[in-house]
Amino acid sequence: MAEVEARYRKKRLDRGIKARADTIFAIASYRDILYLLLPRALPVILLLVLPLLFKGYWNKVIIYSCMIGLLALSWDFLASCGLFSLGQSLFFGLGAYVAGTLSYYFHWSPIFTIPIAVLGGGLLSAGLLSPVLRLRGVYFAMVTLMMPLLFMKMIETTGLVGGSHGLSSLTPFPNEWVAIYLAVGAFLVCLFVFRRAINEDYGLVLRAIRDDDRAVMSAAINIYWRKTQALFVAGAVGGFAGAFMTHHYQFVGMSVFALDYSILPLAASALGGPGTFAGPALGSMILVPLSEALRALGGLRIALYCFILILSVIALPEGIFHYIERKYHQFERLVRVG
Amino acid sequence: MKHFGGVQAVHDVSFSLRRGEFLGIIGPNGSGKTTLVNLITGFVRPDSGKIIYRGKNITGKKPYTIAGLGIVRTFQMVRLFYNLPAYKNLIIPLSSSRVKKLRGGKYGERDDVAVDLLDDMGFERDSFVPYKLAGSLPHGYLKRLDLARAMALRPDLLILDELFSGMAMSEVASTLPLIEKFHEEGLTIIMIEHRLKELFRVVDRVMVLNFGEKIAGGSPQEVMSTEAVKKAYLGIEVEIG
Repeated sequence: MAEVEARYRKKRLDRGIKARADTIFAIASYRDILYLLLPRALPVILLLVLPLLFKGYWNKVIIYSCMIGLLALSWDFLASCGLFSLGQSLFFGLGAYVAGTLSYYFHWSPIFTIPIAVLGGGLLSAGLLSPVLRLRGVYFAMVTLMMPLLFMKMIETTGLVGGSHGLSSLTPFPNEWVAIYLAVGAFLVCLFVFRRAINEDYGLVLRAIRDDDRAVMSAAINIYWRKTQALFVAGAVGGFAGAFMTHHYQFVGMSVFALDYSILPLAASALGGPGTFAGPALGSMILVPLSEALRALGGLRIALYCFILILSVIALPEGIFHYIERKYHQFERLVRVG
Repeated sequence: MKHFGGVQAVHDVSFSLRRGEFLGIIGPNGSGKTTLVNLITGFVRPDSGKIIYRGKNITGKKPYTIAGLGIVRTFQMVRLFYNLPAYKNLIIPLSSSRVKKLRGGKYGERDDVAVDLLDDMGFERDSFVPYKLAGSLPHGYLKRLDLARAMALRPDLLILDELFSGMAMSEVASTLPLIEKFHEEGLTIIMIEHRLKELFRVVDRVMVLNFGEKIAGGSPQEVMSTEAVKKAYLGIEVEIG
């Protein structure tokens, strides 16, 4: 009797799942479902469980990560329709001051101030930037870079809404748990809504505007109105982050228009890989805790931080998320043949 | 009806078009044909002159406004979204307010409408072709995809800017009847083309441009017997069938 030698060949895990066209999936087994579900479910579960394990300081880090994450998502949303923003702190600051003013002068609870700040921040951002929507690329970026500085100087010189002292002793959140789960919840909802929306017809049009605005115009679509809508969404998300931090710190000051809130989301997007929302989200979840962990190093912190950032951009220009995604889809298992 | 006047690239060109008419525009390279299309569709603002459409002055309107009025063009160098599947390219015109209005609120699945449109253009719906990335399709398909993109808007006036350039003979042969069918169904068409033989078979009237000026107009036979046209085309003989 001839010996049957078992032979194996490598088979990619996603072979059976991805049908020939990119948009069609075929799921055949629990293994396939797990393969698709795991990378989505794991980060969500992690984010929901981590606050239970940590206390105090590191929970504040999670909140801050989520807020920078929201700003990074807002940045990526604008980028998806070709608007390159260097002024995420404008959205952050507008939301923060809307909520801060309502809370300080009218003593409204966060239940009202945050939704109003979300709407107001969105409307103000769209209103302020819609006149420059015709500008593209670096020109639009320059205007967004100047806007927050303009607001900062205006508040400083006029002394309105607290001037350089800011507004303090604002209404806090009822307790720590409300704050942290509101932050985590908003971040996750925003991430998944954006990821969904960008693949719907609505997002398709936005991406098309980025790729070729003339072709979109010839399809009878008012690209400036669509871009204004994108500004509103980005402004609303940034506004939420600002309003949240206002109540969380119980203080709002000119620092909400600081460059940090523009640069950190941008760095997070660059590190994580723009264009997917998951990239910027992942980037901020790495970058913010990293910067906190490096705090012990004192002065060297910024230097090391910059070094890591530069290294990541050189080594992984596509971003961490794209790299992981690619590798994940290339996982192979041995299949017995013959 | 449209009137034009004095622009550098297009100078003193004046013509009008009736509903349901099929006008061909020919002329040597650089004679201002594409500029003329850009002027009509709002991509270029005229320095002077007027464009009248259905009694309304549409000069200087934005391209999306003009497309929304039903003046829809294709591009000589196709402008498509190469990293989208072919049928998804049609989602963009299909989500415009013009299409929403025309379909009276009750529009079926956009994806289905898109695949139907592509099927009409010769993308077999049961093959993988409509679902492939536009970037992976051959040139002839891209041209027809661009035509489908224009037809998705349900135009009243269709402007075809050298649709057949770069198409294989067999592709031209299969696309030409489509355009004839659109015309028979009442669509007004302006067609810019270098393939005179095919053009003359379908158009009612021809206008000839040279150096941005209109040098002749009339039926294909009339136009080709004009001395100025013969000169511009360096004595090329075209058989009119």
